[in-house]
Amino acid sequence: MGLNGDEAVAYAIKQVNPDVVAAYPITPQTIIVEKFSEYVANGLVDSEFVAVESEHSALSACVGASASGARAYTATAANGLALMWEILYIASGMRQPIVMSVVNRALSGPLNIHNDHSDSMGARDSGWIQIYCENSQEVYDSHIIAWRIAEDLNVQLPIMVCFDGFTISHTMENVYTLNDDIIKAFIGKRTFPKVSGHLGETELRLNPSCPITMGAMDLQDYYFEHKVQQHEALQMALKVITSTENEFSKYSGRNYGLVQGYKMEDAEVALIGIGSAMGTSKYVVNQLRTQGIKAGLIKIRTYRPFPKEALIEAIGDCSTIGIIEKTLSFGTTGGPLYQDIKSALYDYNKKPTIVGFVHGLGGRDTSPENLIQTYQKLIKIKDKNERISTLQYIGLRE
Amino acid sequence: MNQPKKKSELDLGAIPFKSSKEYKTGDWGVAHPKIDHSKCTKCTLCHFFCPEGAIKVREDGYTEVDYNYCKGCGICASECPVKCIEMIMKK
Repeated sequence: MGLNGDEAVAYAIKQVNPDVVAAYPITPQTIIVEKFSEYVANGLVDSEFVAVESEHSALSACVGASASGARAYTATAANGLALMWEILYIASGMRQPIVMSVVNRALSGPLNIHNDHSDSMGARDSGWIQIYCENSQEVYDSHIIAWRIAEDLNVQLPIMVCFDGFTISHTMENVYTLNDDIIKAFIGKRTFPKVSGHLGETELRLNPSCPITMGAMDLQDYYFEHKVQQHEALQMALKVITSTENEFSKYSGRNYGLVQGYKMEDAEVALIGIGSAMGTSKYVVNQLRTQGIKAGLIKIRTYRPFPKEALIEAIGDCSTIGIIEKTLSFGTTGGPLYQDIKSALYDYNKKPTIVGFVHGLGGRDTSPENLIQTYQKLIKIKDKNERISTLQYIGLRE
Repeated sequence: MNQPKKKSELDLGAIPFKSSKEYKTGDWGVAHPKIDHSKCTKCTLCHFFCPEGAIKVREDGYTEVDYNYCKGCGICASECPVKCIEMIMKK
C-alpha cells in the first residue's frame, strides 16, 4: 500500500498493538503519533495512549509502563530526543525493551527541522540498539522485528529505529505489509527474564505479589558489573538481530543483514554510509558500473551494536573507501561512523585507505552528481596511492 | 559482610537489593530518634510524618521506630507536639 515513512511506522505499530504508547509530537515524527492517535480513537488498537507534556515525560512513562510488564512504544526526533537524554540511559540501564522511532532531524541551533543524523548519533553510547533504515519498506519491517530483538531474553535492551526525516518520513512509497495475524504470531507475548526477589524467584517486572526494586541505588559495589552486563547484552544483540531477521524473512521474503554490501564482490572503490542516501548511492553505483568503474557500496543498517565482523567481511579486498555520513563530530578526526569504522579496521591486516566525508547537514540534498564526484575523488586517491586524513565535505560551498 | 557477587552471578536488570525490604537504610543517619513513652500522648503524628514509613503504631497505641529503615532525618522529633522524641547522635 502507499505509505510515507511515518504512516508505515503507525501501521506497523497498530499491527503490533502495544500496551502503552506515550509520545509528544515533534516534526518530522508528528504523523506517526497523529495517525496512531486516530487508530486509538477509532478503537482499532487496545493501546493506552498517553498524551504527555514533554519528551522527557514520554520516555519516563514508557520506562514505567515497560517496568510493569507492558509493551511500550514512543517516537521522537532531534531536540525531542535531546530532552529524553537522561531517561535514555535509565531505560537501557533498567534493561527495558522499549521500542522508539527516531525520525532523524538536525539539532538546533540554528533552528533546522530537516534531516541529518546529529540527533541519534549523539545517543550512540546510551546503550540502545540503533537500526538505520533506507526506505519506507525497511521502516515498516524494522518496526516489527524491533520488538523481538529488544525483548529477547539475552538482550533485554531498548531499541531505536532511525530513519531520515522528510526524505523517508514524508515521502510516499509502495510498502508491502503483512497480515495482522502473521504479525501477531511473529511478535507473540512479551517474555521476562527470571530474577530473585526477596520472596523467591520472579520475573523482571513490577509485581505486587513478589515485589522487586528497580532502578535503585547502585554505587561502587555493583554499578560497574551492571554496566558490563549491558555491554555484553548489546554485543549479543548482533546474533539476535540476524536470527530474528532470518525468521522474519520467511514471512516477508526480505532480509537486510547487519550490513549490506552492494556490488562489493569486485569493487575497487566503495562508499560506506547509513540511511536514505544509500538508495541514491546504489543508483550512482549502477551508473558508474555502466562506465566500467568498479564502484561498490556498503550500507550499515545496524549501527549499535557495531557490526565489526560483518563490515570487515563486506569490505573484502576493496582498497579505497569513503565514509559518508550526515553528522559532524565537532573538534575530532571525523564523524562517528568514520571513527568507528577506522578503529574497527586498525587490527585488520588489509588496511584500506579510508576517507571521511560529511554531507547533507541540516537536510542539504546530496544529489547523484555529488556522489559521482565523491567516487571520482576516491578513484584519484586510489590511483595516486594517497593517504588523506583530513575530513572532506560533500556539497559544501567553500 | 558477605562476599560481593561477581558479574556472572548478578541478576539482569540492575536490581542488587531485590526489593527495598532487604535494603536496610538504617545505618545511613548520624542520629536516631528515641521516643519517651511516658510523655507520649499517642497522637501518632510521628507515624504519619515519617517519610520512610519507619515508625509503626503498636497495638497499645504507642509508636515505635524501626531502626532498620530509619534514616535519622528528625522530622518526627520536629513534629511531635509534646516534644517526647529526642534525636540521639550515634557513636
